[in-house]
Amino acid sequence: MKKIIRVEMVLISIVISMWVFIPAVYGASDAFKENIYKVGALKPVDSKLNVKVGDRAPDFTLSSVSGEKVSLSQYRGKKNVVLSFVPAAWTPVCSDQWPGYNIIKELFERNDAILFGITVDNIPTLFAWTNQMGKLWFPVLSDFWPHGAVAKKYGVLRSDGVSERALFAINKKGTLRYVDVHDINNRPPLEDLVSALEKINKR
Amino acid sequence: MKKIYLTLPVITILLLTLVSPVLPANKPPAKGETLPVFNLPIPKSSTEKGYLGLSGDGFFKIPQIKTKVVIVEIYSMYCPYCQKDAPGINELYNLIEKNPDLKNKIKMIGIGAGNTSFEVETYKKTYQVPFPLFPDKDFAVHKACGEVRTPYFIVVKINDDGTHQIVHAQLGNYPGAEPFLEIVLKVSGLK
Repeated sequence: MKKIIRVEMVLISIVISMWVFIPAVYGASDAFKENIYKVGALKPVDSKLNVKVGDRAPDFTLSSVSGEKVSLSQYRGKKNVVLSFVPAAWTPVCSDQWPGYNIIKELFERNDAILFGITVDNIPTLFAWTNQMGKLWFPVLSDFWPHGAVAKKYGVLRSDGVSERALFAINKKGTLRYVDVHDINNRPPLEDLVSALEKINKR
Repeated sequence: MKKIYLTLPVITILLLTLVSPVLPANKPPAKGETLPVFNLPIPKSSTEKGYLGLSGDGFFKIPQIKTKVVIVEIYSMYCPYCQKDAPGINELYNLIEKNPDLKNKIKMIGIGAGNTSFEVETYKKTYQVPFPLFPDKDFAVHKACGEVRTPYFIVVKINDDGTHQIVHAQLGNYPGAEPFLEIVLKVSGLK
């Protein structure tokens, strides 16, 4: 009987391992060819938020890939703002996320919102990486130095120095209205962000 | 007692198969093979149902589409090359639909790897995609297709007896509507 149980355990292990251990590439686009570094499955969240819905969004000033300095406060009273932190350039999931946002400019405009993409990478790395995505309509900001300072301020800097995959939506008064610190291994569904933006714009 | 233990492995496998009807593959579908086994939902839109020759609700398999050849594009809303190719793929659809000799012989579908229904609809609307697109939210079809990079094109020939075979498969490198149609006609024997 023990032998039968052992056979069963082996069979179960085989079937489960077919699902669990096959490397996932998250539908990687051929645009990045073989240049995406496979990070494997990571701890879903590895930081503690310093902000919550209803708080004043901490201000910051960061350099963009196109050269100008961008401050959150310059949009107060003018635009709703979405901050999209992604962990790192040239990694799976991240490389897919912003190209999707790149085709929905109209959805942001309809909700009177602007989008900022932020990573802790330096400008030359972000320049090379985002060039593979086509021409992005939204500014990409570098939180490289002091390393991850803005990510830290919001509480989305992970223990290994990259940021979480996090979305923050801020209304025109500068108040945080939506926070999604997403499982780093998965892309946030677009409908969640769009629905949050529609709610902010209706208020 | 022994009987119970003997049946346990069988029950386990059956249960896992029922829960996950699509098995992952370790390589992309290739020429000469059959498609991996997966189901797609029958479209709700009567136009799309009519286009594919399907009726009712529930699920279908690609070889059930009433046609001779199906061009399958595995794409993603988040894939820059798919976005860039989208107008040219629409042109391929128009070339086929405008040709009375091909209209009912070649059909096209897209499967959005890792895309939710909302994301598929967003892509469809952005690029005004005229053929049916299907979400693959949990990457089930994508896994069954060996986790191909996108866009990945599969040309499937459906035989009169209901059997089918892949007659062409390619990763990216979409050459434009006319050259791609030439490839499809050649490999499927429609020319």
